[in-house]
Amino acid sequence: MDLRKILKNGFLILVASLVLSACATKKVTTQMQGDVYTGTDTVEYLASGVPDRVFFATNETVLTTASRETLRKQAAWLRKNADVNVVLEGHADERGTREYNLALGERRANSAKDYLMTYGISSSRISVLSYGKERPVDSGSSPLAWSKNRRSVTVKAN
Amino acid sequence: MLEKCWKDKMFNRYLLIFLILIPFKSFALIEVDITRGNLSPLPIAVSPLSIDKESKDSFKKILKKNDIGSEISIVVENNLKQSGLFNPLNKDAFLQKADIANLKPRFEDWSLIKAQALITGKVSFKDEKLRVEFRLWDVLAGKEMMALAFTTVPSNWRRVGHIITDKVYERLTGERGYFDTRIIYVAEEGPKTKRVKKLAIMDQDGFNNKFLTLGNELVLTPRFSPTNQMVTYLSYFRNLPRVYLLDIETGMQEVVGDFPGMTFAPRFSPDGKKIIMSFAKDGNSDIYTMDLENRIVERITNHPSIDTSPSFSPDGKYICFNSDRSGFQQIYVMKSNGKNVKRISFGKGLYGTPVWSPRGDLIAFTKLHKGKFYIGVMRVDGTGERLLTENFYQEAPSWSPNGRVLIFYRETKTNSKGEGFSAKLWSIDLTGYNEKLVETETDASDPSWSSLLSN
Repeated sequence: MDLRKILKNGFLILVASLVLSACATKKVTTQMQGDVYTGTDTVEYLASGVPDRVFFATNETVLTTASRETLRKQAAWLRKNADVNVVLEGHADERGTREYNLALGERRANSAKDYLMTYGISSSRISVLSYGKERPVDSGSSPLAWSKNRRSVTVKAN
Repeated sequence: MLEKCWKDKMFNRYLLIFLILIPFKSFALIEVDITRGNLSPLPIAVSPLSIDKESKDSFKKILKKNDIGSEISIVVENNLKQSGLFNPLNKDAFLQKADIANLKPRFEDWSLIKAQALITGKVSFKDEKLRVEFRLWDVLAGKEMMALAFTTVPSNWRRVGHIITDKVYERLTGERGYFDTRIIYVAEEGPKTKRVKKLAIMDQDGFNNKFLTLGNELVLTPRFSPTNQMVTYLSYFRNLPRVYLLDIETGMQEVVGDFPGMTFAPRFSPDGKKIIMSFAKDGNSDIYTMDLENRIVERITNHPSIDTSPSFSPDGKYICFNSDRSGFQQIYVMKSNGKNVKRISFGKGLYGTPVWSPRGDLIAFTKLHKGKFYIGVMRVDGTGERLLTENFYQEAPSWSPNGRVLIFYRETKTNSKGEGFSAKLWSIDLTGYNEKLVETETDASDPSWSSLLSN
């Protein structure tokens, strides 16, 4: 009985401290982990709980854990909505030469495409379009702005 | 023995010729050294071209210019000044009238105002044409260095100024000029997040600006053909980024090749017969060429890394390009068939946009190091790297046809609210001196320099 009480109280304390620490981290982080954007400022949703974009580190095309989670949600949603086709729009930040960034954007969109395909989405439903650094969402010249711009966005094609 | 004797004789004979030549050479006339940064530009007087009353009135009617002789001389003066090698003197100080100076300059008058060279000339209207004659004089030696005349349609009057500048530049520096040329570039307008881009073309000095597309679709990286009035560029027409070909004279456009994915980073081969570009598929960009006559497509690189920004050497035998096969963006050189790939950039930082100099000896590039962007040059084996200019953001150098000047674009940092963005064209001498803003009507990027038009 006592043990139960202690556990209960302990649990409450634990929950409280988690909430507190979450608040604390929210205040101190700049919505970035390393230099990958983790915020939600620019994110739109394909459906409730299905974010439309994933973010990348500088010069990287590797998907982060968070990105993979987002893409799994997209894949699940795409499986449910079999009539929807998508365009994956790959983007780079402004800190690279235009031509290399076009290739980089294409590669980023393709990493996302490959991941969707491993979760059962047919390649015929996915097309890829690189904008390089031509269509930033944030016009700032700061590491945070650049992190929002390094992205692959899943856009409904029909 | 006999042979050696004969050789010695020959040697002596050469020596003799040489000796005769040397004094000639030392008389000779002013020369401008362009191999080093020129910190004391040559003082030159550009006399207004003289014009008779009748011709003046005719040109006034056709061109709406009061005095076309003086207008042409202003074009010349401005060109010479922009080159950084010449210091055109103030016309208010000229003592001799244009018409008399053209017949026989009074050299004392010109040396009094410290002119070392003098350009005089005459324009006239004849058979609906503009006829110009001009002379270049060495003021100190008191000698004529050059006299030329030519005829053209009146509307070409600015080009007349450019051609005169080219001839003067050639005579005084020993190298070909670059003034009778044009720049194709991307004109930009609107907020950074929704930039509207159009192809535009202008004379090298910023005049005669024309937009070639309407801005309905995104266009990038136009490049001039070295041999004719064709341009290759990237267009997002129907949201399919593909390399296009545009004939500036007819306005005809066509897509280059039939690729199942994005083609980009196009350039012409030095003979203008092929286009070299990147083709991206499934996350991999490789380099391809397409022959414009028989439409044959050839794959040049085959590597899982990004290969882009290819540029031919002027003899067409080699290609420099940008690849991240080492893990980061670096510059590589290979044979034009894709064999013998060699990395040439080994300095600190990332390297991009290599462009082979029209003289063949250098490769210009963009470098990113510690958050700064540089325009630089290196020899084709990667030695002798020299950074010409440093800035927050700049890239994409393009060579003047004589390989003396680079034009590139520069973007500004925005403030904390994301405001204050601009993109402008800049030029810089190969020596790193004479960095200049190239003025454009709108914001501008991706400049490409044409060949000399008058050849």
